[in-house]
Amino acid sequence: MEHIRTPKVENVRLLDRSSGQRKASIGTLYLSATHTIFVENNPETRKETWVLHSMVSSVERTPTIPAGSQLILRCKDFRVFQILVPLERDCLDVHTSLFRLSRPEKYSELYCLSFNPNVNKDEREESWTFIDLTADYKRMGVPNNLWVATAANSEYRVCDTYPSELFVPKTATPPIIVGSARFRSRGRFPALSYFHQDTLAAVCRCSQPLSGFSGRCQEDEMMLQALMKANPGSDYIYVVDTRPKLNAMANRAAGKGYENEDHYTNIKLHFIGIENIHVMRSSQQKIIDVGEMRFPSMTDFLYGLENSGWLKHIKAILDAGLFIARAVADEGVSVLVHCSDGWDRTAQACSVASILLDPYYRTIKGLMVLIERDWVSFGHKFSHRYGHLDGDPKEVSPVIDQFVECVWQLSEQFPCAFEFNERFLVAIHTHIYSCQYGSFLGNCQKERRDMRLGERTHSVWPKLWKERAQYTNPLYRAEQSQSQGVLRPNTTPYCFKMWKGLYNHAEKSTPPRQSPADFLSAVRDESQQLEEELTNQQEVPPGGTAHHHLGSRQEDSSPDRGANHVGGGSEEED
Amino acid sequence: MEFSEHIKTANVEDVVLRQPLHPPGRGTLCITGHHLLFSDREEGSCRQVLLLLRNIDAIEKSVENLLTYSSLFSNAGLSQRLSGSSGTITIKCKDLRVFQLDIPGMEECLNIARSIETLSCLDIVSEMYPFFYRPSNASLRDQCGLSSPERHYSQMKELHDRWRLSTVNRDFSVCPSYPQAVIVPKSTDDDMLEKVAKFRQGGRFPVLCYYHKKNGMVIMRSSQPLMGANRKRCREDEQLLLAVIDGSDKGYIIDTRSSQQALQAQMTGGGFESKSCYSSWKRLQRQMERGKALQESLIKLVEACGDESNNMDRWLSKLENSKWLSHVQTALSTAGLVAECVERDGHSVLVHGSEGTDSTLLISTLAQLIMDPGCRTLEGFLTLLEREWIQAGHPFQKRCAHSAYSHARLQQESPVFLLLLDCVWQLWQQFPLALGFSETLLLRLSTEAYVSDYGTFLCNNQQERCALGVKENTHCLFQALLRPGERDCYSNPLYEHTELAIWPSVHPQSLHLWRGFFLRWTPQTHHLEEAQEEIRNMVIEWGKLALS
Repeated sequence: MEHIRTPKVENVRLLDRSSGQRKASIGTLYLSATHTIFVENNPETRKETWVLHSMVSSVERTPTIPAGSQLILRCKDFRVFQILVPLERDCLDVHTSLFRLSRPEKYSELYCLSFNPNVNKDEREESWTFIDLTADYKRMGVPNNLWVATAANSEYRVCDTYPSELFVPKTATPPIIVGSARFRSRGRFPALSYFHQDTLAAVCRCSQPLSGFSGRCQEDEMMLQALMKANPGSDYIYVVDTRPKLNAMANRAAGKGYENEDHYTNIKLHFIGIENIHVMRSSQQKIIDVGEMRFPSMTDFLYGLENSGWLKHIKAILDAGLFIARAVADEGVSVLVHCSDGWDRTAQACSVASILLDPYYRTIKGLMVLIERDWVSFGHKFSHRYGHLDGDPKEVSPVIDQFVECVWQLSEQFPCAFEFNERFLVAIHTHIYSCQYGSFLGNCQKERRDMRLGERTHSVWPKLWKERAQYTNPLYRAEQSQSQGVLRPNTTPYCFKMWKGLYNHAEKSTPPRQSPADFLSAVRDESQQLEEELTNQQEVPPGGTAHHHLGSRQEDSSPDRGANHVGGGSEEED
Repeated sequence: MEFSEHIKTANVEDVVLRQPLHPPGRGTLCITGHHLLFSDREEGSCRQVLLLLRNIDAIEKSVENLLTYSSLFSNAGLSQRLSGSSGTITIKCKDLRVFQLDIPGMEECLNIARSIETLSCLDIVSEMYPFFYRPSNASLRDQCGLSSPERHYSQMKELHDRWRLSTVNRDFSVCPSYPQAVIVPKSTDDDMLEKVAKFRQGGRFPVLCYYHKKNGMVIMRSSQPLMGANRKRCREDEQLLLAVIDGSDKGYIIDTRSSQQALQAQMTGGGFESKSCYSSWKRLQRQMERGKALQESLIKLVEACGDESNNMDRWLSKLENSKWLSHVQTALSTAGLVAECVERDGHSVLVHGSEGTDSTLLISTLAQLIMDPGCRTLEGFLTLLEREWIQAGHPFQKRCAHSAYSHARLQQESPVFLLLLDCVWQLWQQFPLALGFSETLLLRLSTEAYVSDYGTFLCNNQQERCALGVKENTHCLFQALLRPGERDCYSNPLYEHTELAIWPSVHPQSLHLWRGFFLRWTPQTHHLEEAQEEIRNMVIEWGKLALS
């Protein structure tokens, strides 16, 4: 609380720019330890707007105008609020407070450590066991006579950013693992990400080898040999380096680099060309700017889209996943994926491949498991990438945003193949940034254990699971052909579009769209209910037809449908 | 004329057909006066492809004749030489499908190609297929068309006070491109109309096309006034327009040209309604792309969609460069402006460009869809198209002679109607519950306008249709689409009537490439179709349960 200079300012005007609001509403602004709260004066609505401090990505003061001083609040979920404070002094105070509050310096300042949803201790502990990775490995048939659990990394002795439990080829003995780890950036030795039961081929991941121009390591070579042998159906493996080849080569000068095909027998090296976190960060900034353009012409928009390069990057990641999925499913060849440290592009490529390979990961629970495995447990640096604490801005990059968007692009191409809807993806995106739950805190398993997050915070997954009704895609049909087996997306550029639902709240909420999904969900529930009634041999009450139940949807979608979205904007108040 | 004189080779065996979404097939190719027929001879399959030759937009042939060279030296017999040769014909259709035919025998291949080239371009309307098409489930005595100006007028009781039905054009002498009956202000008599017609290009004097029941305001459409360089004026024209706004303070004229273009038109005899003569009308210029430029835009976009080797940058820059989506944006926002004037501001609107047969109709149609729930049902939409495009004289024959693949020199081709369908699709995907018809209908219309078994889209206006007896000798597409079996797949299972206007968002992020049309023959579209099917099934299932 010591950072709050003014807890309450009256007669503030708030304009929710991102939701297409045209007229500012007048009300009172409150600053709490965790939220900025705005309460409208209008006695009829008293609408409240809550913005979590940890969701604020920037607070900007614009030059004072006669009506007062202005703040622009930009959020990590791409909402933008314009706040007009009558007195400059108040504005300055709010700015200073928010500036500090939105940049926590210690984990202890984060919301998840004070957030207390109404659950008891047992429930909280249980929430952390909701996603069980061991069960998922079991589901894919691991351990088996090819892949076994290794204790090499217990107590994080070999690699401090890896989980303590990992699966490796049966023939990979602890000395091989330790040797290989010494030859890999940050000790991230090759380990199993996904095992494909149909072909016995596997997706494995690691970091780049410390090969430089001529270095080699016998254990590492044995490790890759073991990977190959763990797949009886093939006499070679693919090594997918997800970096542009030039970047990989440049790394050799720093004593790192990629596998030398002369030293490793039976590997095929394949470069994908996903750009690094710095390129992605600036690309996302550009696409956010595109989303914020007020009344762009089609030319401005398409030029901005091209210039941002964002969709090009999304396509590169999807292509990487598709290459891996094809190798595993069609050729039956195992793939070892790495980039530099093996926690950004590698996580993207592996998780996209899993989505394509296994229908389970296209379910609500399955996506949770996948994120928990390839991102949380394998040591993706959530806190650095998503700026949970005030730190090096060069560490921040929308790596998982891109994965989530890949899933969205796929769901646009296969509308019946995913159990979840866009809302679910947006919810996950929000929680990754919000720090309301402990699930995405820290940069690796060890850090989370040391912080005792399991005792001090809650896991987000059971919460999302409880809310799953609103995240369900009514068109999902597990038994339908496009839902089953391997997903084979088309990655021709015309299949990609800008994800309006994430980047542009204005377009999402206005015009109040008629949502076929909501209608169909209602239809589905209705049908289920009717079916139950029929099977129960109960009489359907007279007039109790479904139309009555669905009658409300008209009202839901209509209140400000009259709002004009053509041309418009002239009556906007600034 | 005999078709047979154009058919040197009518049948070829052992032809291989490659077409999108299907594995290649081997079978017999047959050319008739109107059709290309391919029947698969492969065992276990009896696939047939029946293609109207008129659907073929472009044809490319390449003959491979490896033996020609050797035969030159060996002096081998002609027949032997040809038997070893073969040819490939690539057929690009107006519905954007691309077929490839591998034909054994060079001579056969060239004959077939020649027949296709000739027969696909025959432009004698009375010899086109609709005059020969006789489906078993329909009779020529069935009702033709859905409505008529007379019916339209008699149904709209509320406008009888101030508006009348004029038959001044009963013999098409006043305006060749108008129907025989039109709705005009009651206070203007037929003599006046004749004078006004002389002052408007092509005789297209202002007529009523939409009456807004909520406030009595109307949308009128016409062609440009022929004021010319010496600023001629026409009292009757001014009176007619004054009668339109009768009582209210002003009206809006939406001119679909830029001010520059309007001024240029004045120099060549056309023009615009000047402020001094039409003081109660406010003119707004909204430039819409038309004619050749629009056709080129379509060609560029189709080309970009067909090139799978594009990388993301190239694709986005080609998409931008084609300008097609910009045209969609302009059309929707101009229509929105018209609707805004009528519904929000409560003022009547006159829409015109130069000829009043293209972008004028596009705008008036879209504005009606936005405002009038009656136009949003399946019947309502087809009736709207009949009234605003067929009866109002959009020159389909000229505009849809060729599509995006044709190498022929462009004449009067322009995909205005396709642009309309694209805009309607944008509305459909922004308001999935508000329109009573499906994407399938829009796709069907996109083909039928260019090539059809039915007579509906033949000719350029009603006068030509009457002269050729289109009504008596061909079947009506709109009636066919509404028949019980067909109707199901053209209606929207999610449709629910709403009285409210549907204001489209014209933000570029809300406007998408119409995949269903431009990428119709790629497998991806299939997944989207499956989803539509799923929606249909769910709603049917629910309907059944609700009834039981």
